[in-house]
Amino acid sequence: MMLPTPANWLDLFTHFASLSLLAVGGAITTAPDMHRYLVLQNGWLSEAQFTSSIAISQAAPGPNVLFVAVLGWNVGLNAGGGPSGGWVAWALALFGVLVTMVAILLPSSVLTYTATRWAHQNRELRAVRAFKTGMAPIVIALLIATGWLLTGSHEHPARDWPLWLLTAVTTVLVWRTKMHLLWMIGAGGLLGALGLV
Amino acid sequence: MPPAQTTPDPLPLQHPQSKTDLFVSFTWLALQGFGGVLAVVQRELVEKKRWMSREQFVEDWAVAQIMPGPNVVNLSMMIGGRYFGLPGALAALAGMLTAPMVLVLLLAALYGSVADSAVAQNALRGMGAVAAGLIAATGIKLIGALDKNAMGMGVCVFLAVITFVAIGLLRWPLLWVLLGIGGGACLWAYRVLSDVDADRQKKAQG
Repeated sequence: MMLPTPANWLDLFTHFASLSLLAVGGAITTAPDMHRYLVLQNGWLSEAQFTSSIAISQAAPGPNVLFVAVLGWNVGLNAGGGPSGGWVAWALALFGVLVTMVAILLPSSVLTYTATRWAHQNRELRAVRAFKTGMAPIVIALLIATGWLLTGSHEHPARDWPLWLLTAVTTVLVWRTKMHLLWMIGAGGLLGALGLV
Repeated sequence: MPPAQTTPDPLPLQHPQSKTDLFVSFTWLALQGFGGVLAVVQRELVEKKRWMSREQFVEDWAVAQIMPGPNVVNLSMMIGGRYFGLPGALAALAGMLTAPMVLVLLLAALYGSVADSAVAQNALRGMGAVAAGLIAATGIKLIGALDKNAMGMGVCVFLAVITFVAIGLLRWPLLWVLLGIGGGACLWAYRVLSDVDADRQKKAQG
């Protein structure tokens, strides 16, 4: 496995910073390109490390952009010789988190903050009002479509119908009741662990 | 027990007390967000804390979605920035990221192999199915926010249906849909708002 040099770290930073500006629809949309860059092109992560980084970040709570932190962590850890590399490896792992997270967040955050300030100061402009009015039904439909796609990715009806049912029941419960969301997530995890869905 | 209210009650909106309040609130939101934080943000900030109305939430989410970068991170900065400027945006951002990041890195460092076990994989599948329901229900609940939309409910439903078909069934790339359907919707809204403004001006003069 090739280890990153200072020039490599800079390249990693600029690559993730450019992905930040392309990540319309969320950071996860850039995961395929990160895979190409980290695993195929540079060999800084193994295939298994990439996959388990995504899986770990999905198991934990929080925004799903945190998968980028886990990728950075593992790149740094590899650069320091893996978990057996001692404190140098752990320090490089934290440095990897810093590089990748700042790169993925800084450009998009500066742009978003500036744009929303402008839009707020010019909220009476007809163009700003037209944007908010026109986009409202689109983004609502996108949320429903996202739920549909997430459950539809399990596409074997004979085997996957319990998952579909679970999604449908959850939808109704969240919509019609005030039950705490954590109970539902916990129940879903339990049903899964018991092999019922 | 009084009958359940079907219309949203017109209680006044609240606002965060301080930047610490923002940080703590967003930390708590993020830590509840398994498989996506958006459903939690809607439930907590719109329904419980009442920091924003459904309409404001949809407007902010539209901007957060169209801008590049992680959507809920964008949303948290926008909400924090509205009340306390840049420091507020940073407080919300830090709340959203710090605790979950520590947690996920601990998980990566200590239990890297857990994610590969069959039980963990199955639990993730179950949690994923629930998370899909949370997102879909959030969308359904927000349909009510379209009542006040200047384009009228008919046009809104039409736009929502073609967006759902394009993304959910035809699997078109998000960018095309946002530019194509979204762009068209914004142009139409601009026309409608021109008429609304013209009417208002006429009334003001006459």
